[in-house]
Amino acid sequence: MRRLRMRSSIDNCLTYGLVIVAYVVIRLLLAGGNISYALQGQLVPITVYIVMAVSLNLTVGVLGELSLGHAGFMSIGAFSGAITATLLELLADTTSTTWIRLGFSMPWLRLSLAMLIGGIFAGIFGFLVGVPVLRLHGDYLAIVTLAFGEIIKNVMSILYVGYDANGIRVSMDSANALKLDEGGTIIVNGPMGVIGITKLSSFTAGFILILITLIIVLNLINSRAGRAIKAVRDDKIATESVGISVWRYRMMAFVISATLAGAAGALYALNYSSVVARKFDFNTSILVLVFVVLGGMGNIRGSIIAATVLTVLPEVLRAFNEYRMLTYAVILIVVMLVRNNATLQHVFRQVGARLSKSLPIRRKGGEV
Amino acid sequence: MNESISKTKMVPLPSHAIIPERDASQRPILEVYRLGINFGGLVAVEDFNIAVGRTEICGLIGPNGAGKTTIFNLLTKVYQPTSGAILLDGKDTSNMNTAQINRAGIARTFQNIRLFPSLSVEDNVKIGLHNEIGYSMATGILRLPAFYKAERRAKERVMELLDLFDMTHLASHRAGSLPYGAQRRLEFVRALATNPKLLLLDEPAAGMNPSETEELMSNIEKIRDQFQIAIMLIEHDMRLVMGICEGIAVLNYGQIIAKGTPKEIQTNPLVIEAYLGKKKGDQVC
Ligand SMILES: Nc1ncnc2c1ncn2[C@@H]1O[C@H](COP(=O)(O)OP(=O)(O)O)[C@@H](O)[C@H]1O
Ligand SMILES: [Mg+2]
Repeated sequence: MRRLRMRSSIDNCLTYGLVIVAYVVIRLLLAGGNISYALQGQLVPITVYIVMAVSLNLTVGVLGELSLGHAGFMSIGAFSGAITATLLELLADTTSTTWIRLGFSMPWLRLSLAMLIGGIFAGIFGFLVGVPVLRLHGDYLAIVTLAFGEIIKNVMSILYVGYDANGIRVSMDSANALKLDEGGTIIVNGPMGVIGITKLSSFTAGFILILITLIIVLNLINSRAGRAIKAVRDDKIATESVGISVWRYRMMAFVISATLAGAAGALYALNYSSVVARKFDFNTSILVLVFVVLGGMGNIRGSIIAATVLTVLPEVLRAFNEYRMLTYAVILIVVMLVRNNATLQHVFRQVGARLSKSLPIRRKGGEV
Repeated sequence: MNESISKTKMVPLPSHAIIPERDASQRPILEVYRLGINFGGLVAVEDFNIAVGRTEICGLIGPNGAGKTTIFNLLTKVYQPTSGAILLDGKDTSNMNTAQINRAGIARTFQNIRLFPSLSVEDNVKIGLHNEIGYSMATGILRLPAFYKAERRAKERVMELLDLFDMTHLASHRAGSLPYGAQRRLEFVRALATNPKLLLLDEPAAGMNPSETEELMSNIEKIRDQFQIAIMLIEHDMRLVMGICEGIAVLNYGQIIAKGTPKEIQTNPLVIEAYLGKKKGDQVC
């Protein structure tokens, strides 16, 4: 029989430690000029995908519900966050109020507010998706989130948003339909997505978002609400029989998951000069799901490692040039086989045990 | 071993139910009138009436498929009744769902054990204490002082409850890895943690050996005496039923065919014919 006490707090310390050490090491390498230009460009996306994977793990691993539209929430966060950042900047440029000008000319404040607004919008959409679905028994969430992701992608592709002296204008038709004044600015231009973004994201901002995500998710998991969420995963009827509303905790996990994805989306969008809705498609949802599955259901540290390795891997594999995607696919398949094959797992564990005899508890799977 | 019980006198109520004399001055904790359900065409339970006294241990027996578990599922709203009324502590429960029923005072165990297998024994009981612990999600995420205080108190309560069944040494084990008997006891503890007024036990002695059953019997009486709650149990082990139940209802094909004290039930010709008569001796099914 396995002992679970104390393990979770040691586990959490390891997770925070891993993230902090990785951040410090990368900072040092950056300072020494030891990171390739291509890899530098991947640093913010890595932090984004870590937050995406950890937040999806809350729904898939901890709550035990399949979501196939996590990129949809990322998209909502990206668009609302980028629009927010651009509007704040325009406001800072045009306002006559000193404190607004000074305040919103600070990039970190615009970035923080953009991530906050991105998260809130994604959370609201999470709630709206959850209302009809989460009351039902059965696996309807997968289908509905799949459809949600596609709908968001298509709606965002025909969205036009502009800003002029008269305020914000929105259209689903064309940029002309916005009827902007002379000095007006187009912020979202249909299929071209959000344009003219001022790059605000940084590796440090991503690192801070990861820490906030970890604090929210890990503290939630190890509290009263988190226990209820895990109870729902293990047995819904038993959960209700002890007086816990299954609907409430399904909703809580799903909305928090969507909110964090929205914040990650905002961080992602503000890393580029423009961002298109096509980026947040089904493939992206599946990619994040792959991170979660390979990292281990409910295993937060696993999600972090999987998201990092699988985002960096294609860059590293550039050396193999035309065999790059093939190698990537082979590595994915091998990892998946190892994770699901008892014999191979046994072999790996034996090797692992020999390598680290000092560890008293052998971990298996990813229970939190 | 249970003198107080053997002296129990059952008194009739206006609804033709019977409850122990000591509870008769108060309203029964549970009153069920003409409860029924059918699944498609199959009538699983029909015209089921019962009243349970506030500190009564009562038994629900009958052959397999008689509808006993279905009655527990109706009482806890896992199934919606097609007819009848259920009053808990005098209050109509028709608009309540399963979770609300528990908060109103009914806790239960399941015939096929339903624990939270991937969680520790301690967490299983803490989930039972969920509504008592009561701090908000934000308090938990922000790790406010109220979080630590409530968690510390919850932990103490968990240990007290586990101690009732000598299970404190198992607190950190995974619930799913416990032996069968311990899982049954853990389910009992978890139900008790919700602070019920009425506890429903579905075949609590299933899979237990005679000495474990003996221990379970004294535990059930101990819990009743200590917590002053009513316990309704489904059980095939006649030594247990006849040993600790004050009132017994016998179910066959979804209908009550007899109600009474253990003595009355044992000598009831209908029961003997439908049930006990199949086998001489006390182990049925
Ligand atoms: N959800 C259901 N759907 C259809 N039939 C059911 C359902 N639950 C129970 N039944 C039927 O109701 C009858 C009583 O079952 P049950 O209450 O489990 O009996 P027991 O007295 O052994 O606990 C059985 O015939 C069973 O097949
Ligand atoms: Mg049954």
